[in-house]
Amino acid sequence: MTRPASSEVPKREHALHLLHEMLRVRRFEEKCVELYSAAKIRGFLHLCIGQEAVAVGAMQPLEADDAIVATYREHGHALVRGVSAKSIMAEMYGKVEGCSRGRGGSMHLFDTTTRFYGGNAIVGGGLPLAVGLALADKMQGRTRVTACFFGEGAVAEGEFHESLNLAALWNLPVLFCCENNLYAMGTALERSESETDLALKASSFEIPAWPVDGMDVLSVEEAARRAVGAIRGGGGPHFLELRTYRFRAHSMFDPELYRDKREVEEWKKRDPIPTFAAFLQRRELFTDEDLSRMEEQIAAEIQEAVAFAEAGTWEPVEDLARFVYSEPQNR
Amino acid sequence: MTAVPAMKVSYREAIRAALREALQRDERVFLMGEDVGRYGGCFAVSKGLLEEFGPERIRDTPLSESAFVGAGIGAALGGMRPIVEIMTVNFSLLALDQIMNNAATILHMSGGQFNIPLVIRMTTGAGRQLAAQHSHSLEGWYAHIPGIKVLTPATLEDARGMLWTALEDPDPILIFEHGSLYNMEGELAPDAGPVDISRAAVRRRGGQVSLIAYGGTLGKTLQAAETLGAEGIDAEVIDLRTLRPLDTPAVIESVSRTHRAIIVDEGWKSGSIAAEIMARITEQAFYDLDAPPARVCSAEVPMPYAKHLEDAALPQVPAIVAAARQMVKGHA
Repeated sequence: MTRPASSEVPKREHALHLLHEMLRVRRFEEKCVELYSAAKIRGFLHLCIGQEAVAVGAMQPLEADDAIVATYREHGHALVRGVSAKSIMAEMYGKVEGCSRGRGGSMHLFDTTTRFYGGNAIVGGGLPLAVGLALADKMQGRTRVTACFFGEGAVAEGEFHESLNLAALWNLPVLFCCENNLYAMGTALERSESETDLALKASSFEIPAWPVDGMDVLSVEEAARRAVGAIRGGGGPHFLELRTYRFRAHSMFDPELYRDKREVEEWKKRDPIPTFAAFLQRRELFTDEDLSRMEEQIAAEIQEAVAFAEAGTWEPVEDLARFVYSEPQNR
Repeated sequence: MTAVPAMKVSYREAIRAALREALQRDERVFLMGEDVGRYGGCFAVSKGLLEEFGPERIRDTPLSESAFVGAGIGAALGGMRPIVEIMTVNFSLLALDQIMNNAATILHMSGGQFNIPLVIRMTTGAGRQLAAQHSHSLEGWYAHIPGIKVLTPATLEDARGMLWTALEDPDPILIFEHGSLYNMEGELAPDAGPVDISRAAVRRRGGQVSLIAYGGTLGKTLQAAETLGAEGIDAEVIDLRTLRPLDTPAVIESVSRTHRAIIVDEGWKSGSIAAEIMARITEQAFYDLDAPPARVCSAEVPMPYAKHLEDAALPQVPAIVAAARQMVKGHA
């Protein structure tokens, strides 16, 4: 792992921003659970609760014209990237005001303005897309970066190996962010991989790769800055193994028979949000009043998002066949 | 004004000319696939293009169908106009995830935000003793999928002209080149250019039976129509050209004139594009029919290697002739 975060103290404003973003993702998803129970949200709902430091830390060095490819566990990534909470919530409601007009749902959030190329719900399926986006940038002489998020389950897919090889072979500007939360749905890493050192696997493609404490937002940010800086400088793809943990079930239908409750409790002691808040308090960068203000602000944003989704409209059924092929404005 | 004399070219050369033109016309266009560069293409289609356009735009890939097809999708999303070549349709199954789950769905899943202007070319079909992993005709499968378009050029004009039209389309297009056609030669106007891809074509006018073919079966079907003509049976030959979206009105128009329909398809009968066409004819032209529609398709076996067995597995001219004779005269 890279050095512990405590060695460097971030500037107050930035530190509060990091904490705010993590808390915002947490509270948003907690609201989603509530709305799922109330049958406002349906389908699959995959929460990243426990993993917030990954999306928040990794996105810090990205610019507005960089691209993101994410998975079906992507609410956090979309929020942090700047897709509005309102449009994400409306999407989960299936409303036409949603960021994918209600055609994608929780697993398929898309947004052109933030270059958010979707939640991809085929494990490993987003990696080749990221390679292609990066190829387009390289061929057009741009210095943009494509950040590709995926879980450690994807490492078992052929598309993982094919994509890392292609990215390395062609020296493409991709940041591979492997969120290792130890379980591919219910299958533990050591039950699916003969080699569980994922950075080592990536290194075999001649890709600079290293493990990072994914529960510590500063470590994630620092690693991402280093990697993105190198990528922009023409250093080709980089790979971060972000070691993290999912506190909640895989989806809303998961009774969690595959892991010990004590293991979950152990990891919760390293919850990225209170841990970081306590770290900042110890350094007198953060007060209880800051926390209350933050909570209030976030609650207001979420309330507004829910109201927006509630007030949203259903796409007319007559429009069902739209977007199978492009309409004239795409041409 | 003097007419430009036609030139003798092969189907392969017609595609190469189309590729060259596309690369010259639009700097966003590039060709990517296994052995397209140094080797010159598995079927020599892209021979010489590496020297002309360089390794950035004539891009050899590893044997990673899923990654390079997916990279084509990503590059299309990123503003390029990629042409991805897959050696054969059987290999495309390794990239089926990308074609089905990404290329065909992202526009819809994103509520119309992200279109994918991608062209994928691949070889299809049997007839060259390449056995059961290089010879199938799966274009009918692909035609099942909403969100992509499926083209099957059967003539030199279409081999030359479909590519540019496909590249101008905002959505993913699959072009199936039948392997037995690459050496087909004929006359092509030197100024031959882009062609419409939304319409079927009548390749032979006739009044007694509609023979409906595409891609690799068009030549055999035209031959069968000549034989039938000598016997006094006047067959019309329809070239579907595009399997999705199907030009159903053209099929129905023909059948409503001839009152008889035979579909000639190298795919297997069960769940095939031939079955789909038959269904549309029975749905839309049932009362115009003088006889039940018929099909000449491949035998329901994986393609065998031995020449006599492969021949027996494929739709052949005598079977097309026999089916038409049976339908028109009541006896084979």
